[in-house]
Amino acid sequence: MAPEITPLPIAPEAAATEAKATIDKMLKAYPAKTARKRAKQLLVNDPEAIPQIGANTRTIPGIMTQRGCTYAGCRGVVIGPISDILHITHGPIGCGYYSWLTRRNLVRPRHAGDTNYLQYAMSTDMMEEQIIFGGEKKLRQAIREAFDIFHPKAISIYSTCPVGLIGDDVHAVAREMKEELGINVFAFSCEGYKGVSQSAGHHIANNGVFKHMIGRLDEGDKAEFNINLLGEYNIGGDAWAIDEVLRKCGIHVTATLSGDVTYDQVCKAHTVDLNTVMCHRSINYMAEMMEKKYGIPWIKVNFVGAEATAKSLRKIAAFFESKKLTDRVEEVIAEGMAKLKPVRDAVTARCKGKKAALFVGGSRAHSYQHLFADIGMETIAAGYEFAHRDDYEGRAVLPTIKVDADSRNIEEITVEQDPVRYNPRKTPEQTKALEEGGFSFKDYTGMMSEMKKNALVIDDISHHEIEKLIELRHPDIICSGIKDKFIIEKMGIPCKQLHSYDYGGPYTAFEGAANFYQEIDRMLHTKVWKYVVPSWMKEPQLQATPIYNPKEPKPKAAAPAPVRKPEAGGEAIPE
Amino acid sequence: MRKVAIYGKGGIGKSTTTQNTVAGLVEMGRKVMVVGCDPKADSTRLLLGGLAQKSVLDTLRTEGEDVELEDIRKGGFCGSICVESGGPEPGVGCAGRGIITSINLLEQLGAYADSEALDYVFYDVLGDVVCGGFAMPIREGKAEEIYIVCSGEMMAMYAANNISKGILKFAENGKVRLGGLICNSRKVDNEREMIEAFAKKLGTQMIHFVPRDNMVQRAEINRKTVIEFDPACNQASEYRALAKAIEGNDNFVIPTPLSTDELEKTLMDYGLMD
Repeated sequence: MAPEITPLPIAPEAAATEAKATIDKMLKAYPAKTARKRAKQLLVNDPEAIPQIGANTRTIPGIMTQRGCTYAGCRGVVIGPISDILHITHGPIGCGYYSWLTRRNLVRPRHAGDTNYLQYAMSTDMMEEQIIFGGEKKLRQAIREAFDIFHPKAISIYSTCPVGLIGDDVHAVAREMKEELGINVFAFSCEGYKGVSQSAGHHIANNGVFKHMIGRLDEGDKAEFNINLLGEYNIGGDAWAIDEVLRKCGIHVTATLSGDVTYDQVCKAHTVDLNTVMCHRSINYMAEMMEKKYGIPWIKVNFVGAEATAKSLRKIAAFFESKKLTDRVEEVIAEGMAKLKPVRDAVTARCKGKKAALFVGGSRAHSYQHLFADIGMETIAAGYEFAHRDDYEGRAVLPTIKVDADSRNIEEITVEQDPVRYNPRKTPEQTKALEEGGFSFKDYTGMMSEMKKNALVIDDISHHEIEKLIELRHPDIICSGIKDKFIIEKMGIPCKQLHSYDYGGPYTAFEGAANFYQEIDRMLHTKVWKYVVPSWMKEPQLQATPIYNPKEPKPKAAAPAPVRKPEAGGEAIPE
Repeated sequence: MRKVAIYGKGGIGKSTTTQNTVAGLVEMGRKVMVVGCDPKADSTRLLLGGLAQKSVLDTLRTEGEDVELEDIRKGGFCGSICVESGGPEPGVGCAGRGIITSINLLEQLGAYADSEALDYVFYDVLGDVVCGGFAMPIREGKAEEIYIVCSGEMMAMYAANNISKGILKFAENGKVRLGGLICNSRKVDNEREMIEAFAKKLGTQMIHFVPRDNMVQRAEINRKTVIEFDPACNQASEYRALAKAIEGNDNFVIPTPLSTDELEKTLMDYGLMD
C-alpha cells in the first residue's frame, strides 16, 4: 500500500518560484560573501536533474550551526555504544562528561553477569599540569587504574583537542599498555578540531575499528542467513526492533555497528555473508573496507518506515536467493503490516497532508521521510548536518567529489585482500545474475532522488534559516536536534529530536513505526503550544537594534514585537 | 620598575648577555629580578654560581597550590633575584603554556609588588617567538622594553626581524616597545656597520656592540658572570657599558620590520667586503 500524499495546492511553476523566493529571503540577511557560500548549500530539489550541493564544507563563522566536533563523531557516535570496551577520553573533563550517554544508545545484558560499561564516564581529567608537562603519564596511570578495577577485554582511548596541540603520542601509550596488560588497547586521534564536522570522526572511528577489532575472532556464529547491521546505533532501542523482525525472518545479526554490541561481536563481524548499511554517512567506509579485505558485499537498507522495512527485508531475502527466506519474509511483512494497519490508518486520517521538515544527521533527515510518507505527510524541506554530497546526490557522484584539504587531513587507509580470509560471498556470475534481475549492491541513491520536486534541501542549516523556514513555509513539525529544538518550540512548532529521540523510541521496523506515528500524531495535535502565550509576546521585554547593518548606517528603532492571536480557549490578548 | 625582555635567535647568547648585563646593573646598586623563560631552566646559572634552581613549574607540580614566593626565588650575585620558569622535557607537553602559568603565578604571589622595590625585571625568553606562550612577556604588558640579541650572521638578523614583527603586532595595542639591538659579535665582516644599518631600518638603535672575547667562555666554565669572575677585564667593562646604556636608554620605538628582500639587500650591501 503506497502512501498517498496530498498534492500541493499550487501549480509546479508557482511551487518552484516559491521555493526559490524562500531561499532568497533566507540569504538576504547575510553579508554578500556569506550569502554566496550559503547559496551552494540551499537548493530547490529536482529529483530528475539533481543539483550539486556544497556539502561537507566549512561552516561559516557566525552561522549558528547544528554541527558537532570530530571527537563527538568518533567517541560519541561510532565507537561509544560498544558496551564492554572501556572508553577513556584523554582530555579535560568536559569532553568526557558531555559525550556520556547523551544519544541514548541502549544496551541490555544477554546473559547474567554481562558487562556494560556505558553507564560510566571515564576521562583522564587532564589539567594544566598535563598540558604543560604532557599527559602521557596520566593516561598510562588512568589505563592501569581502569584495568585494575574493571578487567575489561579492551580499552579505547580518545584524543581531545589539547592532546593534539601538545602532541601526546596516544598510539604509543596504547601499544605499550597493550603489551603490559595483555588486552587490546587502541587509540584514536580524533581531536575535535579535525575536519569540518563530526563526520571526520566517523571516518577516523571506522579506520580504528577496522584496524584494531574486525578480524580478531575467526569463529563466526552458526547461522544460515548471517549479516551485519552497520550504521545502527540502537538509539531508544532501534536495533532491538530491527533485530526482532530479522529474527522472525530467520536472519541472524552477528554484529550491529555499533548499537548494543559487544567487543567479541565486532571482532567476528568479518564472518558474515552480507553487510547491510543503515546510516550510509557514518559507516560506508567500513562496508567498503570489509568488502575489499574479506569479500563481503554490502547493500543499503532502511528500517525506518513500514514500507522501507518491507523493502529492505525483501532485498536481504533476494540477496540470499532462498525461497524459504523469501516466503518467511513475506509472512513477516504481512503480519507486521496487518498489525500496524489500524494505527497507521487512524494516524493517517489525522495527519495526512501535514508538512514536515527534517534537519538532522547524515542519514536520518532522509530515512525519516519514509515514516512521514507512511502516514501521508509531506517533507517540504530537509537537510543534513554533516553529510557529504553522496548522501544528498547518491553514490553515483562519488568520482566527482573534490577531496579538499579538510578531508585530506583524515587518514585514508589502504585495504588489500586478506590472504587467508578473503572469500567473495558471490561469484561474479551470481553477482551479474542478481544485478540483471534488478538487484543492486552498494546502492545509495541519496536523499534528493527521493524528495519531491521543488522541496527545499538545506545543508548545515542555521538558526536564522530555520526561523525563516517557519515564518515562510509553516511546517507543522520539525525534526532536528537539541541545539535548535527550543528555538523551534518557542515559535510554536513541535520539534522531535532525532538524535536522542527525546525520551521515545524505538522508531524502526513495524513496531517502531507505530511508535513514531503515534508520537507525531500526539505532537501535531496537542494544543499546548497554541494555549501558551509567552509574556514576551504580549509586550516586548527588551528593546534591541541590530549592530550589523551595512545598508542602513543609522539603526532604526526596534519594531514592536508581533502579537500572536490565541486560539479559542487561550488567553485573549488585546491587539 | 622597568620591565625588560631579551629575545633573539637560539644560541645567540641571550642568557649570557642577560646575566652579564644584570651583573652590571646590580653592581650599580639596582635591584633586579631575572625570570628565565626557557624550559631548560638555565637562564640564571651564572648569577647563582651554578646552583640548580628549582623551577616555578616543578615547585607547582610537587607542592600543588601551596607555593610560597620564597620556594621559587633565589638570591644570586650581588643581590640579584633569580627565578626559573621551567617546563616540560623536550618533545612533550606545552612549554608556552608553562611560561604563561609561571608568570601568572609570580604575579599572584606578589613577586612584582611595590613592596619588593624592584628597579628591573628581566625576562630571558627562549629563542624565537614561536607560539603564544613565548610571546607572553610582550603580549600582556609584562615586559615593556625589548632588546634583541643578534649578530651579523644572516639567520640571527632574520630572527631579529621576525621578533620585531611580533613586537609590532603587540605594540599597537599595548605598551611594549623595542629598545634596541644588542650585537653579540660573531666577528663576521663589517658586523658593526651592518647591525647599525639594520637597526636604523628597524627604526631602532644598536644599543651596544659586545665584542667576542674568550673571557666569556672562561667565566661560564667557572659558573660566573664575567663581572664576578674577572671584574677588571675588558669584557667586564663592555657589559658595564651595556648596563649603563640600558639604564640611560630613552629610545623606545614600535619597530618597522623589513621585508625579506630588504633584509637580504642589507646583507648584500654590508656583508660582502670585496
